[in-house]
Amino acid sequence: MHLTKSPKLHPSSLRKYTAFFRLHFTMGLQYRTAAAAGIATQFVWGAMEILMFRAFYQTPDNGSFPMTFQATSAYVWMQQAFLALFMAWMMDNEIFTCIIDGNVSYELCRPIDIYNMWFSRSMAGRCSKAVLRCMPILLVAAFLPKPYGLMAPASVPAFLLFLLTLITGLAVTVAFCMLIYMSAFFTLSPEGIRMVAMSVVEFFSGAVIPLPFFPDRLRGFFELLPFGSMQNVPLRIYSGDLSGAAMGRAILVQFLWLIILVALGKFLNALAMRKITLQGG
Amino acid sequence: MITLEHVSKTYKVSKRDAGFSSAWKALFHREYEYIHALNDVSFTIGEGEMVGYIGPNGAGKSSTIKILSGILTPDDGTCLINGITPWKNRIEHTRGIGVVFGQRTQLWWDVPVMDSYELLKEIYRIDAHTYQQNLERLTDMLHLSELLKTPARQLSLGQRMRCEIAASLLHSPRILFLDEPTIGLDAVSKLAVRDFIRQLNQEQNTTVILTTHDMQDIEALTSRIILIGKGQILLDGTIDDIRLDYDSTEEALAAFYRSHGI
Repeated sequence: MHLTKSPKLHPSSLRKYTAFFRLHFTMGLQYRTAAAAGIATQFVWGAMEILMFRAFYQTPDNGSFPMTFQATSAYVWMQQAFLALFMAWMMDNEIFTCIIDGNVSYELCRPIDIYNMWFSRSMAGRCSKAVLRCMPILLVAAFLPKPYGLMAPASVPAFLLFLLTLITGLAVTVAFCMLIYMSAFFTLSPEGIRMVAMSVVEFFSGAVIPLPFFPDRLRGFFELLPFGSMQNVPLRIYSGDLSGAAMGRAILVQFLWLIILVALGKFLNALAMRKITLQGG
Repeated sequence: MITLEHVSKTYKVSKRDAGFSSAWKALFHREYEYIHALNDVSFTIGEGEMVGYIGPNGAGKSSTIKILSGILTPDDGTCLINGITPWKNRIEHTRGIGVVFGQRTQLWWDVPVMDSYELLKEIYRIDAHTYQQNLERLTDMLHLSELLKTPARQLSLGQRMRCEIAASLLHSPRILFLDEPTIGLDAVSKLAVRDFIRQLNQEQNTTVILTTHDMQDIEALTSRIILIGKGQILLDGTIDDIRLDYDSTEEALAAFYRSHGI
């Protein structure tokens, strides 16, 4: 099948996608009430999770636990602070509706690559949400008594690697969500795919239970899945659970998945551009 | 210069009878019907022409506009717009065209209109000078100065339509497609939009292709009409070719549709 080639991304055309990022980032900053509600929810949720883990850690043989209680607390607080970056279910409904009702035709009348545009838009939306929410959570968690709070990162290099993998993890999450957006071009009712995908991501990415708590062989397998390259890597690097060679390997896997998911998404995009019939008059 | 030759497009539409039992059957066996939206359509439109593209609902107007703007790939036929095949080279093609869909919005909903324009400036890579010039001219002609700071969602339909039209023209396109630009507008807004389109065509020599159900739009703006029905071109001429001795263009058009069995 002949596919229309999407244009190469050279620096001058990158500008329009950064402009998209800027617009959607500033747009996201408008929603203050949603952010306040989110912060409250995430505090309660984080506290509940830590209390639950505390109960487990009070069993006599807690020495066999894969992470220290302090590391688990840090994992949970970081997860809550940066929830908006990694929660796959926080998808952009506007993208789905514009595909389903055909408004996407306007986007297609412009000299712009749909995939790149939605990618930067999703990144921006998640970043603005996270920026609004992370500070209060990080601040309070930092002042909670040991081992319930957030400790300082192990070292400066570890912190820099945390930031790097945070961004890569976000990109992997967005690249995965892009596949679901693209599926809307083919099914018209993406709800089913979306729900299944969301539960899968939740479970396999360590959003419910951090991956180290799974049995070794399962964990080894989970870490190789794309979902293991989302929040699992940065959160464990911050909490000091992931370091050395294992960390190097995890970062490599992250980049590999990013490349694979983006390539797959672009392929679906090209296919959609060729095959779609736009809905509505 | 727009040339469309022998363009056809067929849609596959799934059909079933109403009711539970046919819905159940459709789970296992779908029945499809093929709708010929466009059937061997050809026309040529020269630079600077203003053409009314009309026809009853479902005649294939929107399909044609979509093909011309590079969104839809036809099954058959060729189309060259200023030397480019729209669907093969969508991104390059879209730099030279402006599109307004009367029933949709291209402005970003939650931000002031000006923010949308700034983004369009980046998308089309309009240089600062041209952008400033176009913005001033459009603001002046469409009376936008009061509207630019308002979020799109808080504009009335007429105000929004003026902003939409300006948005489609910021990059100085040579060709403008207007798909029902006056739908739902009040008399004042309609007149303003028509005046503007006429002026644009005269001063900038922009090619305008206009689809509408409003015969007054056609009478006010275009000398040439292309009339399409059931996916085929029924008439390529002037409004006088169908007007004959009917009282209004509306009646003349209805009679014309009837005589063609549509």
